[in-house]
Amino acid sequence: MTDTKLSWQGSSKILDVPKARIWAPWYVAEYRLRNMSKWLGAIVAFGLGNPVLYLLSVGIGIGALVDSTSGADNPIGVPYLTFLAPALLATAAIQAAMDETTFPTMQGFLWDKSFFAMISTQLMARDIVGGIMIASSIRCSFNTLIYAGVLVLFGAIPLTSVPVLVFAAIFAGISFAGVMLAVTSFVKQDDGFYAIVGRFVLTPMFMFSGTFYPLESLPIYLQWVGWISPVWHATNLGRNLSYGLEVEPWLLAVHVIFMGAILVAGMIVATRKFASRLSA
Amino acid sequence: MIIARGLTKKYDDFVAVDGIDFEVKKGESFGLLGPNGAGKSTTMRMIASTSRRTGGELTILGKDPNKHGPEIRAHLGVVHQQDNHDGELKTWENLYIYGRYFGLSRAFLKKKVEELLEFAQLTEKRDVKVDQLSGGMKRRLTIARGLVNEPEILMLDEPTTGLDPQARHILWDRLFRLKEEGVTLVITTHYMDEAEQLCDRLIVMDKGKIMAEGSPAALIKKYSSKEVLEVRFGSKNNADAAKKIAHLGDRIEPLPDRILVYSEDGEKVLKQIHKLGLEPQTSLVRRSSLEDVFLRLTGRTLVD
Repeated sequence: MTDTKLSWQGSSKILDVPKARIWAPWYVAEYRLRNMSKWLGAIVAFGLGNPVLYLLSVGIGIGALVDSTSGADNPIGVPYLTFLAPALLATAAIQAAMDETTFPTMQGFLWDKSFFAMISTQLMARDIVGGIMIASSIRCSFNTLIYAGVLVLFGAIPLTSVPVLVFAAIFAGISFAGVMLAVTSFVKQDDGFYAIVGRFVLTPMFMFSGTFYPLESLPIYLQWVGWISPVWHATNLGRNLSYGLEVEPWLLAVHVIFMGAILVAGMIVATRKFASRLSA
Repeated sequence: MIIARGLTKKYDDFVAVDGIDFEVKKGESFGLLGPNGAGKSTTMRMIASTSRRTGGELTILGKDPNKHGPEIRAHLGVVHQQDNHDGELKTWENLYIYGRYFGLSRAFLKKKVEELLEFAQLTEKRDVKVDQLSGGMKRRLTIARGLVNEPEILMLDEPTTGLDPQARHILWDRLFRLKEEGVTLVITTHYMDEAEQLCDRLIVMDKGKIMAEGSPAALIKKYSSKEVLEVRFGSKNNADAAKKIAHLGDRIEPLPDRILVYSEDGEKVLKQIHKLGLEPQTSLVRRSSLEDVFLRLTGRTLVD
């Protein structure tokens, strides 16, 4: 038995509670980034592998076909890959961002219950929500920049388009991550939640958001999927900002407001649900 | 440090904690004893300022937890019943991030983490993923984590449940040292020996209410005799034998598997039983414990 004497000044001497209250979400974000760093290899590998494979097969393969058959009458007015790029980028951003809100929420409430440890410190529910969103935004930005880099290398977009496309994609990623944070905070049992989200939310969102063809080409009864999908809002915004696709000014405003609104709504709902679950 | 008056927690129709009163003073080691479902953990969560009370008054460190939760929690150390670490992180990292949640500086934590690892005898496991630690090690890590902010009150919810005897004794030793340092301890347990070892004073809870309050010795003195004789006549014969020996000792308690005879002198009672011509299959004389107090108060044993 070792005879350890603990140095002990007492919490009131070593803590600065008002300062800690201000920085609280950043402490949670710091933890999330540390957790993410354990998966850095996988994050980088998927972050690079995914766009490379996608661009090789769909982008270049199908792109060549579309560009050669449509010729001078090309209805989209730009090379297919350029048309496709904003949608791919937004989808990648959404995937990365929501990974970092859904998994941590399942982990914190159900898998290792670490939220219950956090709430026993000076942290509050809103700090946990805020910290997860900060970390998710950082991860989303990281992946989106990698993806944008690959798009540039493949000649899908010019370097000058990168800032606007990255902005639109990250905006979509963060706002959908906020929604998924709220949704996940209601999950009480871990029975196939991810499979359901993947099959019935992510895939349709990717397919029906004007990703591969303009949304207007779809029959009207399917277009609603795009209207509620952040992929479409970010894609349309990105196409306008990057290569000048004509979009009505009011619709551009709708894109921005829609994504902002679902982000705010998601965070409010999540904060309430976190608070009630953690203070029962 | 803690004052509760009529403290109540209701969930819809169910009353988990039913208007209890108690106080905990600085440097005291205070226990909540009772069977599962007695309301101990709910009471603990209310003191820990995470669960909101639904009635009564509660003051912790001079503040109302319903209004000043974060400010109170900053000065508490909480050891949950269930170990809730991030298993992917290393042992030292779990202590470190927990310290960061309190806003402690990286420089301070660098030193503190090593000291706590030593205290919890986990220095050798410093760089191991928490998933790979044994149950006892995880428990010690949880306790060490609860000390990272040098709390004024350390709260332990069933600290040794599920541990082997050796691990329990190591833990008790660590907790003793904290008590010597003057840390206020609040402990829930359904282990009698743990309560007797660690608590200066305790409340016995059942069905959300306080049944009795006092030091372990005072409770035993008040509610039980000095010694207890346990005799077994075989499950078929216990009831019959109980009738025959009912007049012996201060009081008898017939249980399905054995009969407890409360008396100042257990050996003397055993001789009297032999004189009656009864031959118990086994007999044991022991000192009264909190288990007997609980049985007296509720008519039930603690661990069913």
